[in-house]
Amino acid sequence: MGERTKLIHSHIKLSAKQAIVLLGIFVVLLAVTATLIGPYPLSLGEVLAAFSRYILGETDPANSKINTVLFSVRIPRIAAALLVGAALSAAGTVYQGLFRNPLVSPDILGVSAGAGLGAALGIFLSLPIVAIQGFAFAGGMATVTLVYMVAIAVRGHEPTLVLVLAGVVVGSLAGACISLLKILADPYDQLPAIIFWLLGSLASIKSNDVWSAAPVVLLGLIPLVLLRWRMNLMTLGDEEAMALGIDPKRLRVLFIASATLITASVVAISGVVGWVGLVMPHIARLTVGPNFDRLLPTAMLMGAGYMLIVDTVARTMVETETPLGILTAFVGAPVFLWLLASGRRSW
Amino acid sequence: MKLLTTKLGFGYPGFPVGRDVGLTLEPGEVLCLLGPNGCGKTTLFKTLLGLIPKQSGQIRFDGHNLGDMPRRDVAKSVAYVPQAHDAVFPYSVLDMVVMGRTTHKGLFQGVGKADRDLAEQALNTLGITDLANRDYTRISGGQRQLVLIARALAQSAKLIIMDEPTASLDFGNQVLVLSEVRKLANSGLGIVFSTHNPDHAFACGTRVLVLDEGQTRAEGPPQTVLTPELLSSVYGVRIQVEVLSNGTCVCVPEFS
Repeated sequence: MGERTKLIHSHIKLSAKQAIVLLGIFVVLLAVTATLIGPYPLSLGEVLAAFSRYILGETDPANSKINTVLFSVRIPRIAAALLVGAALSAAGTVYQGLFRNPLVSPDILGVSAGAGLGAALGIFLSLPIVAIQGFAFAGGMATVTLVYMVAIAVRGHEPTLVLVLAGVVVGSLAGACISLLKILADPYDQLPAIIFWLLGSLASIKSNDVWSAAPVVLLGLIPLVLLRWRMNLMTLGDEEAMALGIDPKRLRVLFIASATLITASVVAISGVVGWVGLVMPHIARLTVGPNFDRLLPTAMLMGAGYMLIVDTVARTMVETETPLGILTAFVGAPVFLWLLASGRRSW
Repeated sequence: MKLLTTKLGFGYPGFPVGRDVGLTLEPGEVLCLLGPNGCGKTTLFKTLLGLIPKQSGQIRFDGHNLGDMPRRDVAKSVAYVPQAHDAVFPYSVLDMVVMGRTTHKGLFQGVGKADRDLAEQALNTLGITDLANRDYTRISGGQRQLVLIARALAQSAKLIIMDEPTASLDFGNQVLVLSEVRKLANSGLGIVFSTHNPDHAFACGTRVLVLDEGQTRAEGPPQTVLTPELLSSVYGVRIQVEVLSNGTCVCVPEFS
């Protein structure tokens, strides 16, 4: 073992850790900045004062407007953006590793559409948010299972193509079912809710939504964090993973269920926000490499920061709210095409 | 670690590939598996590794029945070196090798410094320390094969199964890999490897098993088993075995 190699090795490890710490600081700064921006601009002093009042439990009628803007509107929305971005990126990272394919993501696999169908059905039936989440999970799980089974059944063809195509087909089938629900929905009450929610938006987010989604996302993250080392072996394929002493079949079911749970729980509050789960894991991998240990936190931080930027733009850029799905597609679609066109054999 | 199979039948459900294969492997031995394309070499390996269930007969590691051993114990006894492949993601060579340590770790445990040290040792043994921080996806096929062998060493199994370790390697890398096989056996490991080149059996096999249509055609030391008659009949072309002045045997095919 040469000293030089050792040095390089520790240097690489350090810089990956540094990247994660820097990203973390960046995301915190972004979040603080985002509390200031909006139709009702606040100064840093006002925000800090509001926080100290909040912590001390003081109520000041003179500042009730600031309190409303900050604690009922802005902070829940910022928290939701961070949560949705981190969650979709985590799920995308897991799907890409499991399917051994950097071109898959919750939306490409149709999981988002499936979860969307489940959630739309929940809205259609006027169910409470927890039930909508449950429906979203069932829809997402059903879609990913179907897509995976189709991909296995037509094995022998180009696997990437089959997976992406199966995802598109199953996803558009779910889309058709959603359209059917739209026709059946009450045009004054349910229809606007379904449509706006399908384009992805955090405009109507309430702190309750965040509180109901966050624990579920955490629950889904637990197996991913605990078993993160084994996730690396899963990317080698089943036979090698088995020969290295792990049980890939059980792990795969657990990982897919976790990633789908994470996806579905945020889809239930934000609607279908595409592309984040595809692009962020990829950029994270380019930055810190494919080792899941470092890849997962990096992708989550990047996703959180990216989503927060996009959502802040969405709520401030023009008078009317721009749905998130539109903005993320403008960034995500070109990146996806670039990935497809570059056709590299390794990522 | 001693590997013993008796009357082993292997294959896939409803599609038997081979039967009645008996082989033994003691520590320090190299068993070379020869046979034409499609004779069942890879299927036999997968069965020995417990990746697919056997169809009949027995597989024993030091007397323990393979079927009764938990996955992780199997991985502690026998390591697998697949054919050098393209990885999907650009893991560093060190990451790739340290994955061999997984079977010694708890379910929720990652790899630590001690594991990385063992991985570095394995790289050192194979003389590829300088590859440690390179991307596995950006090294040559021969280097990848050596990395996969290093991973098997890091796995600390007493037995290593290599599926055509010389396939798709250039001549120099083939010699390099076979030399490593010989060295590893001398250090006390048991090695089973398959090849399409009978010269490789002469070069480093202490024993050879010739598989034809899923059945054992011959088994024993290469010099006695690999006769021109047997080789000609197995491969379907006329083959002579010549002895060089230094005692090495080489196969010389007759071109029509």
